[in-house]
Amino acid sequence: MARITLENLRHSYLPDPSGPQDFALKEMNLSWEDGGAYALLGPSGCGKTTLLNIISGLVTPSQGRVLFDGQDVTGLPPDSRNIAQVFQFPVVYDTMTVRRNLAFPLQNRGLDPARIAARVGEIAEMLELTDIMDQRVAGLAPDTKQKISMGRGLVREDVNVVMFDEPLTVIDPHLKWTLRSKLKELHQQVGVTMIYVTHDQTEALTFADQVVVMQEGEIVQLGSPVELFERPAHTFVGHFIGSPGMNIIPCAWRDGSAFINDAAVPLAGHTPALDPQARLEIGIRPEFVAVAESGIPAVVRKVLDQGRRTVVESMVGQTRVNAILEGTPPPETGAHIHLRFDPARTFLYADGWLATKGEGAA
Amino acid sequence: MKPINNRAWLFVLPVIVLVAFNALVPLMTVVNYSVQETFGNNLFFWAGLRWFEELLRSQRFHAALGRQALFTVTILLIEVPLGVVIALAMPRKGVWVSVCLVLMSLPLLIPWNVVGSMWNIFTLPDIGLLGYLMNHTLQIPYNMTRDPVAAWVTVVAMDVWHWTSLVALLAYAGLISIPDAYYQAAKIDGATPWAVFRFIQLPKMKRVLKIAILLRFMDSFNIYTEPFVLTGGGPGNSTTLLSIDLVKLALGQFDLGPAAAMSLIYFLITLLVSWLFYTLMTRND
Repeated sequence: MARITLENLRHSYLPDPSGPQDFALKEMNLSWEDGGAYALLGPSGCGKTTLLNIISGLVTPSQGRVLFDGQDVTGLPPDSRNIAQVFQFPVVYDTMTVRRNLAFPLQNRGLDPARIAARVGEIAEMLELTDIMDQRVAGLAPDTKQKISMGRGLVREDVNVVMFDEPLTVIDPHLKWTLRSKLKELHQQVGVTMIYVTHDQTEALTFADQVVVMQEGEIVQLGSPVELFERPAHTFVGHFIGSPGMNIIPCAWRDGSAFINDAAVPLAGHTPALDPQARLEIGIRPEFVAVAESGIPAVVRKVLDQGRRTVVESMVGQTRVNAILEGTPPPETGAHIHLRFDPARTFLYADGWLATKGEGAA
Repeated sequence: MKPINNRAWLFVLPVIVLVAFNALVPLMTVVNYSVQETFGNNLFFWAGLRWFEELLRSQRFHAALGRQALFTVTILLIEVPLGVVIALAMPRKGVWVSVCLVLMSLPLLIPWNVVGSMWNIFTLPDIGLLGYLMNHTLQIPYNMTRDPVAAWVTVVAMDVWHWTSLVALLAYAGLISIPDAYYQAAKIDGATPWAVFRFIQLPKMKRVLKIAILLRFMDSFNIYTEPFVLTGGGPGNSTTLLSIDLVKLALGQFDLGPAAAMSLIYFLITLLVSWLFYTLMTRND
C-alpha cells in the first residue's frame, strides 16, 4: 500500500509534440492518499486510460514523475511496481482452473505453497468463488471471469494499488450493481488503494470517496461526489455529472450583476473582478430551478414524467433549461412560464471555469 | 403440425446434380473397377474382393504406406513447431508486417510442378546452387538421384520450404487476435516469457493450429506433384509415396482393378485419419 503522487506529469504519444493539442495528458499534479477509493471519470478519449497505464507502468510518461510513498517509480516496469490491474474485459488464463488463476501471481513471485493456498482460499471466500475453484475458467460467465480477474489483483497482500479500467463494461446490467457493491465491500475489507476508471458517473460516484474528473487530457476537478454535484469547478463537470446535467446559460455582466435576457440573476457568494473578454455563463442544476410567478421568462418545450419527479424542458431565449419538479403540478407544453433560480446554487462561470468565490452551498 | 412443402427438393436438386457429377459418379466408376478385372475392349470379369485382399497383403503397398506415414509425420513434426516459432518472431505492427506476409505467401503461390522443377534444378550435383555448394564448396557428397537418404532429405526440405508458411500464417492470425491486455496482465502478474507462451499464446493459437495440422495432414498424405517432379519416386522406390505408387499401378502397369481398390483404401485411410485427428483435437472444446 502506498500514497501515489504524480509530479508535473505530461504525456504525448507523438515523438515530438509541438503544442498542447499533441498531448494526451496535459500537465498535472495529483496526490492520492494510501488506502483511498478513487475514481477517474471522463468521457471516452479524455486520457484516463493513459493516466492509468502511466501509474501501472505500461506507458512511460513524456515528462514528470510518478512516486509511490515518495519513491520514484517512473522508470520501473509494471511487475516491479507491485500494482494490480483489472481490465475492461475479463483477462483470465483460459486453460487454468479458477484456483490456479488466483494463485498465478503469487506462484510467479515464488511464495511458499502453503501461504499461497491460504491466501487464495481467503480471496475466493471474499469473492464467493469457493464452489467453483477446480473448474476450468474457459466456460464461465463474463461476470465470474471478471471476479476472477479482480481476485488476481487482490490476491497479493503487499500490492501498492489496484486499478480498475472500466471493469463492468461487458457485464450484464443487473449484475453490474452486484459487482459494484462487492467492489466497495472489498475495498473496506482489504483497505488497499483503489483507482477506478470509468465514463459512467453512477459507477464513479458510488465507488469512490474522491473523484477525479478529466476532460481532453486535463483534470478539471478533484472532489468528493457531493462537491462535484454541489459546486462543479467547470461547466464540463456540471454538465457531465447529474441527470440531466447542470444548465449552462450564457449571460451578460453589467455593473456587478449578471443578466439573462435583461433579467437580473442573483448569484451565490461574491464574484471577483472579471476579464471583460471572458465568455460568461450561469450554471444552475435543474434540481434548484423552480417554476414561479415571476423571474426569467421561458417557454415550455417538453415535459418528461419520470414517476417521482417531472423534468420540465424549457427555452430561455436560444438556451435549453431543465427544471426538476417534485410534487408541484407541471406546466403544459408550449406554456409561457417564469423560472426562479435558487440564488445559493447559482454560479457564474468565466470561460468554463467557476468564477464565483466564497460561500455557495458547498 | 408443420406443413410439408415438397418444393424444397426443387431448390436442393441443382446441388445434388452437381455433387453427383463431380464426386459420386467418378467414385462409383472407381468402385466398379475395383471389383472387376478388365483387359481393355470393354471386357469385364467379376473379381469380387480379390483386389482388396491382394492389396492388403501386398508388401509393395505396405512399404509405400510406411513411407507415406513417415513422410507425413516428419513434415508435421518440423512444419508445425517451425511455423509457430516463425509466427512468434514476426513483427506485430509497422511496415515489416506487409513485407513478411508477402514473403511468406510467395512459396504458397508457386504452382506445385514448378516447385518440383525448381528444387530439381536447385539440387543438380554440378550446376544446381545447392548441389554445387554441397559437393564443391563444402565437399559433402550429395546426389539426390543416387542416394536414398539425400533424396528423402530433399523431399522433406522441399515440403518444409513450400508449406511452413501456411502454418506460420495461420498461427500468426491466431497470435494477432490476442488483445494487448493479456500481455499487460501477464506483465503485472510477473509471468515469465515461457508462461506467456504456455498460458496465453498457445491456448489462443490452439484453434488455428488444429486447422493447420489437419490441412497439412491431408495435403501431405495426398502429395503427388512435387515429389514426382523432383525424384519420380526414386532412387529405386525410396521416395515412392502412396500417390506415386498408385499412378505407377494404374497408368504404368495399367492394372485398373487393383489400382481402383488401392484408390478406395487410400481414400478411406485419409478420411479415417482426418476424422480421428479432428475428433481427438476437438474433444475438449
